[in-house]
Amino acid sequence: MISLAHYLTVAAILFVLGVLGIFLNRRNVILMLMAIELILLSVNINLVAFSAFLGDIVGQVMAMFVLTVAAAEAAIGLAILVIFFRGRGSIAVEDVNRMRG
Amino acid sequence: MNVAPILPEIILGIGAIVLMLVAAFAGRRSGGFTSWAAVLLLIGATLALIGAPSEAGAVYGGLVTADFFGAFGKSLIFLASAVAIIAAHGWFERGTEHSPEYPVLILFSALGGAVMVSAISLVTLYIGLELLSLAGYVLASYRRNDDRSAEAGLKYFLLGALASGILLYGISLLYGFSGTMNFNGIAAAFERGGPPSLGLLFGVVFVLAGVAFKISAVPFHFWTPDVYEGAPTPVTAFFASAPKVAAVLLGVRLCIDALGPATDAWRQIVIFAALASIFLGAVAAYGQTNIKRLLAYSSINNVGFALVGLAAGTPVGASSVLFYMAVYVVMTLGAFLCVLWMRDKDGEAVEDIYALSGLSQTRPAFAVALAIFMFSLAGIPPLFGFWPKLLVFQAAVDAGLVALAVAAIVGTVVGAYYYLKIVKIVYFDEAAPAFARVRQPVQGALIFLAAVAVSPLGYLLIGPLQSLTDRAAGSIF
Repeated sequence: MISLAHYLTVAAILFVLGVLGIFLNRRNVILMLMAIELILLSVNINLVAFSAFLGDIVGQVMAMFVLTVAAAEAAIGLAILVIFFRGRGSIAVEDVNRMRG
Repeated sequence: MNVAPILPEIILGIGAIVLMLVAAFAGRRSGGFTSWAAVLLLIGATLALIGAPSEAGAVYGGLVTADFFGAFGKSLIFLASAVAIIAAHGWFERGTEHSPEYPVLILFSALGGAVMVSAISLVTLYIGLELLSLAGYVLASYRRNDDRSAEAGLKYFLLGALASGILLYGISLLYGFSGTMNFNGIAAAFERGGPPSLGLLFGVVFVLAGVAFKISAVPFHFWTPDVYEGAPTPVTAFFASAPKVAAVLLGVRLCIDALGPATDAWRQIVIFAALASIFLGAVAAYGQTNIKRLLAYSSINNVGFALVGLAAGTPVGASSVLFYMAVYVVMTLGAFLCVLWMRDKDGEAVEDIYALSGLSQTRPAFAVALAIFMFSLAGIPPLFGFWPKLLVFQAAVDAGLVALAVAAIVGTVVGAYYYLKIVKIVYFDEAAPAFARVRQPVQGALIFLAAVAVSPLGYLLIGPLQSLTDRAAGSIF
């Protein structure tokens, strides 16, 4: 039988993977966007699992909102990435370095 | 359905959509029209706050509340947004990037801020925060042909998305372990006797981390200097004012309303963030020569002081935070308007603080205004910036947090160094080439008004402002 704890563990692992993906990834900004999606996905697993086990619909409604916002966020993120690429000709993480200090 | 309690949001939402269509169909010619129409919309929305939007209480099934606390925050957000729109006049026109989308994006961002300060449910909180942030990411990269602007947008987006992910994870934990998204229900879960469960505590930490990012409190401040430097200056002025007010007020309502029974749990987090922000904001600004970076550290420093008032966790403390944010917004907008006026003889923007050398000889009135803002941001009496600092320290001492107040006062002294350095450059250094004259009478009038408001004359405002903030703080306890 799959219990709430199993869902929470999977979500926690995905969340940690997402955060590590942002901080340890030194190569490509696209990978960072994927890591962000992973974080939002883990939150959705959490919300839906809690919603099912609490018998409360609000968690699933929230998951819908998160999906919608994630789509908008990805669109804006990719658009910003495109203008960044046009100016710099690269989307490597180490090239995001015009400002320091 | 009764729309009266959210009339300001409706005005802004519909107005922003209409202006977006105007911008799409009329193109670049409509820049001036959309800009002034947006300012009028913001002023109209502020006036619409009178009545039901400030006293109707919880509406729409407990998703939002229309109380005086929210109305106070919204009036600050709307007016700061209007100033940010006016600040862009004569800025984007010089380049090729002049376009009417700027005021529309500011309107959406202000709408997000308004939803944030009236949220009493985690769902509304998240939607408001994202509406504010998504518009903010676009604004940061608004000058898309400028390398620094694109980079600022990218950094803001990546770190902002990470922060909202962390916030969301906290929301899911709070929801799961309390069984509800409503602030009242979460407070009830904390009151249920015994120590709060580990899940709830983790939820609190994650949610506060997300909010700390939005207010750029240490240790989540690292994006601030880069984004403030890279974003176009009117956008930086906006970032330093409206979203910051929204996030600070959201934090206050969250801590008092939802997490009130767990004050002992969040107080240590807030105290740490407050002291770390004050000291890092003061120390890290030492070597900076870019005025926008310097003001970024100044905003980190100032948020630390606002958090001192929040740490008190009392009605007096909340009132002092509101007072602090009101004065902070005036000071910081005034300072950024001055930065906007730093143009070399070709009309290009200058950001180096040594370009201000000897400003008192070339442009005496400008120098006086800048000095007033710097002294006020440093909190030096008799300027008005001193008074809110006194209030937050007073609130902390009253709540028994004497050590915190003393440490914060030491931080004030440390931080005064770089504000005074600017005043020294302006008044005692060899004169640098004079700035070009900026012909923007409305901006000049705004700088004048802001300078008068934070000058010693501002003390005349203490009575009315104090009664407003007391009433606003009283509505969330």
